[in-house]
Amino acid sequence: MRRHNSGFLLACMVTRDFKIRYRNMSLGVFWSLLNPLVLMLVLTFVFTKIFPPAGVENFHVVVLSGLIVFSFFSLAWQSGTVSIYGNAALIKHVPMPRELLPVATVLANGLHFLIQIGLLLGLAIWAGYRVSLLWLLLPVIFGLEVIFVCGLALITSALDVYFRDIRYVVESSTAVLFWLVPIFYSFAMIPPEFRELYQFNPVAAVVLACRAIILESRVPPATLLWKLPLVSLSFLAGGYLLFRRLKRNFADYL
Amino acid sequence: MPRVRLDRVTKIYRRQSRQFLWRFLLQTLGGRRAEPIYALRDVSFELASGQAMAVIGRNGAGKSTLLSLVAGLTAPESGLVEVDGRVLALLELGSGFHPDLTGAENLRVNAALCGLTRRQTEERFEEIVEFAELADFIDEPLRTYSQGMILRLAFSVAVHADADILLLDEMIAVGDVDFQRKSFRRIREMKQQGRILLCVSHVPEILKELCEEAIWLESGRIVLRGPAEQVIDAYVAGAPLYESSP
Repeated sequence: MRRHNSGFLLACMVTRDFKIRYRNMSLGVFWSLLNPLVLMLVLTFVFTKIFPPAGVENFHVVVLSGLIVFSFFSLAWQSGTVSIYGNAALIKHVPMPRELLPVATVLANGLHFLIQIGLLLGLAIWAGYRVSLLWLLLPVIFGLEVIFVCGLALITSALDVYFRDIRYVVESSTAVLFWLVPIFYSFAMIPPEFRELYQFNPVAAVVLACRAIILESRVPPATLLWKLPLVSLSFLAGGYLLFRRLKRNFADYL
Repeated sequence: MPRVRLDRVTKIYRRQSRQFLWRFLLQTLGGRRAEPIYALRDVSFELASGQAMAVIGRNGAGKSTLLSLVAGLTAPESGLVEVDGRVLALLELGSGFHPDLTGAENLRVNAALCGLTRRQTEERFEEIVEFAELADFIDEPLRTYSQGMILRLAFSVAVHADADILLLDEMIAVGDVDFQRKSFRRIREMKQQGRILLCVSHVPEILKELCEEAIWLESGRIVLRGPAEQVIDAYVAGAPLYESSP
């Protein structure tokens, strides 16, 4: 029953998700830009006028780099988690590879992420940061984040079928992570004893790497460059294996 | 050659409660199992290329479960389900449809779900639209469609897919009389081309017309099996539509 059209099916599911999100909105896909911009302005106001940080240049670009990496993570993970439950009709009636549903949802969020990356790079150039060859590393770093979230979504979407509480666990986790990812503070402000821990958090690692490349024009630390792929790929592999075990009875529990 | 074989297949559903986590822990720690409901018991049959079988029985007899098993949507508790060939399941038309997308956008997603490749979808696009009689509306959002138009689109996509095994759950009579006639012809053609047909319907005439064999399910068991004509007549006689007045 596994056909050779999985690529086309995946593309269809991704564009379907992408189109549905902003169809019939007057501003359409501009919402993808507006959301992070508004948050960026608010955070910049709070942390430069109310809690002024010690000598951070271009605080808005620093914040935005953290924000878009985090908002992709949080939105993609949350919508990926409910993607099996939300597509119950397909699970019950259409024989298709089930893995495609969470992956397509994450990738559709990835398209919005792409637009926001464009916004970040644009603002960075406007603020005077120079384009360098190092920027070629960015697709790899962001790609690894997408892989990590795919793995996470495979795990939580499968578990959510059996335990519907999972979606709230995910929701709370992302709320907590907003504070534990260096979004409005820099990595340098973290006390040294906690830094190791932060490096194992792929979202923090992505923020760190992306700031090193864009804002500091330097190669991210070597430890990060092997930990990030290791964690991301293990999550994808683990997620896939767990999903394969659990998908057998999806139709009976939806 | 396409083939479907079921060997002593049993399917059990367990009662589910809302606090699944607590029940799950109770079961694994305390060894308490929920009381099972048998959807199918010891069902065996075999179908080869070009064969068509009708499945009849009351609501809840296990007909839809049987089709889900053959489609691979759900797994049996015990027994063997062997399916050689590509399955097309017309269990619920328009499962992947979204009201905010246009007819054409939904058509492509649905074609992909039915197993068509990108090229096949573009090649057959016009034909699918024409068969569905929707040429004037195909770029309109689906929410502006009538129920009949939606079903026509879904049915048209499905019958333009390449499949060896066709599962039909009450999906033979769709749309108005003309469209029903057309789709019926189309299904008969597909059968003549060597596809396997497994049909569930409550319309005896359609089943007799399409299938030469039938099984009658009662509480998950096959109670009668044989030529469609005989089995269906026996079923209808056992559950008469109208009481004959003395």
